[in-house]
Amino acid sequence: MSATLAKGLNSFKEVIDAPIASFFSSCVHCGLCAEACLFYTETGDAQFTPIHKLEPLRRVWREEYTLLGKLGKLLGLSKPLTDAELTEWEPLVYDSCTLCGRCAMVCPVGNDLTYMIRKLREGMSSSGHAPEDLIGATTRSITIGSPMGIKWPAVLAQIKHVQAETGIEVPVERAGADYLVLMSSMEIINFPEYLSALSRIFKQAGVTWTLASDAFEATNSGIQIGASDLAREIVSRIVVAAERLKVKCVISPECGHAFTALRWEGPNLMGKPFGFEVKHILEVLDELHKAGKLKTKGKDKRPLTYHDPCQIARRGGVVEQPRRLLSEVAADFREMPDAGVMNWCCGGGGGVSANSRAEPLRLQVFKHKITQIEATGVQTLITACANCRIVMEEGLEHYHMNIEVIGLTELLAEYLVEDNAP
Amino acid sequence: MNHLHLLTFARGSALNWALMLCVAGIVLRLFEIFGLGRKTDLAKPRINSPGSGWHTIFSRSLPPQGMLKREPVTYIGGYVFHLGLLTAILFFAPHIELIRSMTRLGWPSLPSPLVDASVVASIIALGVLLAHRLNNPVKRLLSGLCDYLAWTATLLPLLTGYMAYHHLFIEYTLMLALHIFSVDLLLVLLPFTKLFHTFSVFISRWYNGDIFGRKGVAS
Repeated sequence: MSATLAKGLNSFKEVIDAPIASFFSSCVHCGLCAEACLFYTETGDAQFTPIHKLEPLRRVWREEYTLLGKLGKLLGLSKPLTDAELTEWEPLVYDSCTLCGRCAMVCPVGNDLTYMIRKLREGMSSSGHAPEDLIGATTRSITIGSPMGIKWPAVLAQIKHVQAETGIEVPVERAGADYLVLMSSMEIINFPEYLSALSRIFKQAGVTWTLASDAFEATNSGIQIGASDLAREIVSRIVVAAERLKVKCVISPECGHAFTALRWEGPNLMGKPFGFEVKHILEVLDELHKAGKLKTKGKDKRPLTYHDPCQIARRGGVVEQPRRLLSEVAADFREMPDAGVMNWCCGGGGGVSANSRAEPLRLQVFKHKITQIEATGVQTLITACANCRIVMEEGLEHYHMNIEVIGLTELLAEYLVEDNAP
Repeated sequence: MNHLHLLTFARGSALNWALMLCVAGIVLRLFEIFGLGRKTDLAKPRINSPGSGWHTIFSRSLPPQGMLKREPVTYIGGYVFHLGLLTAILFFAPHIELIRSMTRLGWPSLPSPLVDASVVASIIALGVLLAHRLNNPVKRLLSGLCDYLAWTATLLPLLTGYMAYHHLFIEYTLMLALHIFSVDLLLVLLPFTKLFHTFSVFISRWYNGDIFGRKGVAS
């Protein structure tokens, strides 16, 4: 057995806890999880059945943590996992699972398969069975500070651009601010309008905020690849900055997994509760709106629909906030089928969009999103995750569909009532 | 050993041993689960709702939005089988008498023809579910020897009970003995096969509800 395989098997053993043991114990092999998985429903390929993707972890659980499994192992009736098997399983674990959690909502015995896949990836990555692209992204996150290799000077350049456009100062390293704002690489490179919109909204709301030069990046490749030690390192940069600047709240940007990484996994990775709050930008905007600090005027007359990012809605609990905000600025808002906590993934979450090997499959399963959008008859799609946005833009382009995708923060800023508009 | 001796053994020593193995197995399996522990979640919950786990124990008994249409055979077959089996176990007068003799606990029974119909429905549902398992690519991929063993062990008490009640094929005392032996087998297999979901389903659903509930999502 190679050293990396042994390390991986140890990781598998370490991540198995009471919930996972109960999930494997309860599975009756009904296969209903497949019917909730985009990768099965769009391909009809049974190997994409969520519980099947977990087979390596199930075997370790059975052999290590059940009496019958241990007896079987002792008598040579079960085979230990091999590198070849993990290599075979790698595309199932990384390319065809976005950690969207839809399967966990339908399993009749209540198995949270996403919880299990997240843990399974710990063993996969430590045994050297993670996709090259995710390894690269995680390495860049650790060495450079961002999975796309973005450094602070690139953010500074965007800040200058935003300041010139809005005439509003973008605060940096401001101690005692209400909010520490984070961004995702995707927003820095592809959607600079996010920072511009925030500047205008926060100025109007009269709240104080800041960026931190050493903690501007919210995305966390360590979570996607399944490397908790690296995920902790990435989260710790934000925690250190938030504590140094003594902010009350850290705002997770329009990015799904960044929210999961910081809001739900962050304190557990750090081993202590945070001394500050973590909120998704939609929660903050909704609070400002409720407090009368975010006022809009006029409504967008285009028919609009909203794509719920999985990590923000189903795995994050932010479902009503975007709808309340949209009701202020959208004259013709239309829900897509299965909207809300049962929405279908864009197909690019959980590191799939960063994994070039998965691209053909991702584009194939995107057809389901097209069906959902077509059912609404809209030409404009709103979302609140930069990764969903780029994945959907690529998918729509691939299928020659003329649909515009807009971030919700950006849409709100379009209708913002500004006292001193430039 | 004549049929009566066989019946006496089946509902005497064999049943006692089967019950003991079943209880010991259940305790072992529960220990195997809870012994692994669970780290305290340090993330501040969106709502502090210890009831979300209990909510999911019940709510997950209903098909989620759109799923009944996608997999009607699994859902309808599953409901018919489980309800039929529960009716037969809990509401057949001789079963209640047996439970009363062992525990002093009793409750009213349902009319035998109604229980009989539920057993037939349950057997038919099991047959349909087996055919579905063999024909559906997903179910076939997931199925192994243990799945078919669990299916057989579940069918046998229903089938032998039905045949004993209707005095079919073989002498009644022998059939009753076979029925009780099949129950003994089911009890022994229950903790060590997927039949253990009878108990673990409450645990897994609770964890699911708790994990989602902390995030403010009703699952």
